[in-house]
Amino acid sequence: MVDVGPPGPPLPATSDPLLRLEGVTKDFGTRVVTHVLRGIDLIVEPGEFLALTGPSGSGKTTLLNLIGLLDRPTAGRIEFDGWDVGQLDDTQVTALRGRGIGFVFQFHYLLPAFTAQENVMLPLLADRGRRDLEMEERAASLLTEVGLAERAAYRATDLSGGQQQRVALARALIMRPRLVLADEPTGNLDTESGDQVFELLRALNDRYGTSFIIVTHDDGLAARCDRVVHLIDGQVASDSRNAVASHTTP
Amino acid sequence: MPFELLVALRYLREGKGQTWLILTGVGVGVGVIIFLSALIGGLQESLVARTLGTQAHVVVRPREEMPRVLPSSGGAVRETQVERPAQRVRSIVQWQRARADIARLEGVVATAATISGAAMAVRGDGASSVMVRGIEPESYRLIVPLDSFLVDGRIDLTGFRAVIGTKLARDLGLSVGDRFRLRVGTETADGASGVYTVSGLFDFGNEDLNERWVFVSLRATQSMFGLEGGVSTIEVKGAQIYDAEPLAQAIAGRTGLEANSWMRTNAQLLTGLRSQNASSVMIQTFVILAVALGIASVLAVSVVQKSREIGILRATGTTTRQVMRIFLIQGAILGSLGSAVGIAIGVGLGLMFSRMALNPDGSPTFPVTLDAVLYLRSAALALGVGLAAAVLPARRAARTDPAEIIRYG
Repeated sequence: MVDVGPPGPPLPATSDPLLRLEGVTKDFGTRVVTHVLRGIDLIVEPGEFLALTGPSGSGKTTLLNLIGLLDRPTAGRIEFDGWDVGQLDDTQVTALRGRGIGFVFQFHYLLPAFTAQENVMLPLLADRGRRDLEMEERAASLLTEVGLAERAAYRATDLSGGQQQRVALARALIMRPRLVLADEPTGNLDTESGDQVFELLRALNDRYGTSFIIVTHDDGLAARCDRVVHLIDGQVASDSRNAVASHTTP
Repeated sequence: MPFELLVALRYLREGKGQTWLILTGVGVGVGVIIFLSALIGGLQESLVARTLGTQAHVVVRPREEMPRVLPSSGGAVRETQVERPAQRVRSIVQWQRARADIARLEGVVATAATISGAAMAVRGDGASSVMVRGIEPESYRLIVPLDSFLVDGRIDLTGFRAVIGTKLARDLGLSVGDRFRLRVGTETADGASGVYTVSGLFDFGNEDLNERWVFVSLRATQSMFGLEGGVSTIEVKGAQIYDAEPLAQAIAGRTGLEANSWMRTNAQLLTGLRSQNASSVMIQTFVILAVALGIASVLAVSVVQKSREIGILRATGTTTRQVMRIFLIQGAILGSLGSAVGIAIGVGLGLMFSRMALNPDGSPTFPVTLDAVLYLRSAALALGVGLAAAVLPARRAARTDPAEIIRYG
């Protein structure tokens, strides 16, 4: 269980799922209320590799923000890693998010003033307050895993799009999170780079047992995940498991 | 290096052009503040030194003589017109005790017993009304550095010797070694008259004083004004020139005598100095405001430019306090580095100005006073302004919603 500082009430340590959503709704607006999510129930087990699909406006990104603890639901309950998130204050939520969840975005959003290795280290640096040797080694090792060991000292702006996305992936993993959320991680890449990044996600899922939730419009990509949750109009329209998920390019 | 400092430094380095521009802006602002403070401080010091160079901080004399209205036999006062009496040179009653009491007061550095009175200086057909000042040179030197104003001869007041100003010497055709007569007289009584030898000439840098003042020995004025054993004034020098008024009040309270500080007798000068200070503070306030707005605008632009990065930092575990600190540190760095540049500019301008224009005697026309306290105060001010200016952008940065960034990019 991730340490988030002074306690909110932890849930009993059982073989609980990593993530549990119960009746989660999210509304936006006050005068004109838009119901974006309507009663989502979802359970994600440790090590799952899940695709979240659906048409534009179906609520995928909003759901991802709630799961990523970037936003709070209007109603319903979210449990993550044994914590009832609704009972935590903002500081605890930030700590839980920082230590328990990694993010990969469609646009890599690396910090251009930092090198690839420093970008990877940033979450750990923010958490520990100071740079240390172990941190550097961990970042170097992750860069090796994503195939960019020799680019460690390059500035983000000197890397290609695919390379930048791989650096972002290494950054998402530096805290050894239990869950990685990826919003269209290959959406901004050419086919070859996209495939490389996806393969990397799968490999890391296999190696570390980290759970992945990948938002995608790409049905081909979704078909290569273990499970596909399809949203329509803010509700789970289908939740299916791929019999034999293909780990390779079709 | 702490995380927040690392990010702040990288952000400043990344926006090199902006950073240099604002550093120059802060530097010019702080430089102007330092230069103005040094210039105005120097001018004021010089002005006060010139004014107080020839006078005591506090002059103590007997209270003015007032007529007393006696009641008539029935106890009632009839309608009476009271005439103000003419003031004459009078001695302070028990002046030695009064002087000792004054010397014991806190903040008193030196005292001198003197007699001042009007007389005529006559030589041949020439005559000039003068102020005769009877002094004991040893004690009076502690109040007014007479020797520094001496341009010819020496300060020798023994016997019938006198030190006069250059203007009087010119008017009466006197030089060191020449003799002239001092005559004291009133409508009702003939005063003493004596022939004095000029032992020295002074130049106070003030034509009126150079024409009017004649220094003779205290003993000579005592017999001249019929004050055997007495003195008409006690002149006092305090430790702090701007504490002269409270000191005068303390002296009046202790001795019951009339005590006038230089601040009261030079009220116009003081008003002038205060106005100068007020205008200086106004200028400095607007400069500080400009510096603060400069830093705030650069950081505000930086927050907008880096909103995505801030969103990512927030999403990956950076707390709102850490984000705030990143921008506060940038403000502090801009303020303190800017103040270093400003000190260099201020000192450079000050030195250039003080060497550029010189008086005929070689002293600077624009005296500039540069001191470490001024630098430290300006540096602290710039640091404070930098931090204060960064507060709003920092708060705005801390409020960045990572969900918004992820939703809309």
